[in-house]
Amino acid sequence: MRKLWVKITGLVIMLMAALPQIAMAAADKAPPIVIVADTRKFTGWEAWFTNLYNESHIYFALLTVVVIPIVGVCLGLLADLIMSHIGIDLHSRELAEH
Amino acid sequence: MDFLYVLMPISGVTIFWPGLVILGIGVGIIGGFFGMGGAWMITPGLNILGFPMAFAIGTDIAHMAGKSLVSTMRHGKFGNVDYRLGVVMIIGTVVGFEVGAQMIMWLERIGKVDLYVRWLYVGLLICIAWMVFADVKKRMSKEKAAKAAGKEIDKLATGIEWHKTFHKLKIPPMMHFKTAGFTCSVWLPIILSFLTGWLAGILGIGGGLIRMPMLIYFVGCPTHIAVGTDLFEVMISGLYGAGTYTYKGRTELVAAMIMLVGAAMGAQVGTVATKYIKGYGIRIAFGIAVVGCMISIIMKLIPRYIEGTKAVMDIASTVLILGLVFLLSLYIFVRMLQGAAKEVAAKKGKA
Repeated sequence: MRKLWVKITGLVIMLMAALPQIAMAAADKAPPIVIVADTRKFTGWEAWFTNLYNESHIYFALLTVVVIPIVGVCLGLLADLIMSHIGIDLHSRELAEH
Repeated sequence: MDFLYVLMPISGVTIFWPGLVILGIGVGIIGGFFGMGGAWMITPGLNILGFPMAFAIGTDIAHMAGKSLVSTMRHGKFGNVDYRLGVVMIIGTVVGFEVGAQMIMWLERIGKVDLYVRWLYVGLLICIAWMVFADVKKRMSKEKAAKAAGKEIDKLATGIEWHKTFHKLKIPPMMHFKTAGFTCSVWLPIILSFLTGWLAGILGIGGGLIRMPMLIYFVGCPTHIAVGTDLFEVMISGLYGAGTYTYKGRTELVAAMIMLVGAAMGAQVGTVATKYIKGYGIRIAFGIAVVGCMISIIMKLIPRYIEGTKAVMDIASTVLILGLVFLLSLYIFVRMLQGAAKEVAAKKGKA
């Protein structure tokens, strides 16, 4: 049993290590050009933002993956508040059809 | 009127931001209602707004992830998401998508792959449209027959019932999907999601357009559950896609945020509208969207066979898609307003 678990864990680790490589290779359809953002036009947060893009795509990707769900949830909650205020029941659906 | 324009920090172009919000609202409504990302609707809109195409896909996917999250949260509260089914399907979808994407890279070396892919897409959309309308026709004839016999048709009755045959396959392990309300071999959703993921990978699309009908006709989900569960899938694949495209430097995050403002609101409208529209109403509207998408792809194929038609066909397909987005979102919005007004009036009547 222990051997089986070791094999499964090994397989999962291998898969996790290999999948991003496969994924990166697969999605690489765009022409291999380097895009550089022009930071001279910006000041403040915009300058920080463009610098982050130029310096590290990994951090920029992490920022995107974190910011998008947070903003989505906030906007969704805002829309919830508005709709609840109107009087729409947002917790149940009576229609039961295939 | 300078305040209506915003300078995009990465691409360095100036964009009319209310256009992004409006586009977001339209695709948000449709996405929340049908359970799809809707990349095929967004690209022509971004094109018109002067958005650089190098950033179009990444930006689209990034906003799609946020929009799907909003819709999934709402559908989840309505009980429209079968999370167990969604998680099982992710395995097949991810593996299938990567196999499809690798395959297309291999086919690209042969050449002319773009043409074959587009025709494959058209063929697939014809099949989906046929399935939807054949199902609707069959259900209507069942309804007529029941009426003629002086009975009322069962609310859970469907036209096409292929899923019943698939459910008879008892290949272990069997799994019960409580929210969707059926038990089947776990291999059924895994294999089908692998196939839809593979097709999505080959076609270079998110896959919501294929997965939604697959969940209804082959897996046997009720329409509302198919929409909610599909959005759960779109949310996860959207986040994954947003990460990989941004890593390649192809996402204009500011534009995605602006679109998300509209899309989050639109997604709520589309999701709430599913409360007031019957399953078959959603299926018919979905069928119309599929036909519109199919015509737009055929329009893009015509210039390959008839010279000098490219400019006309590009404009025509853009007008068709944006017109379709406008009309469908208007229809869903009006139906949602009508339903909400009835619900509020009924509540006031009770009080």
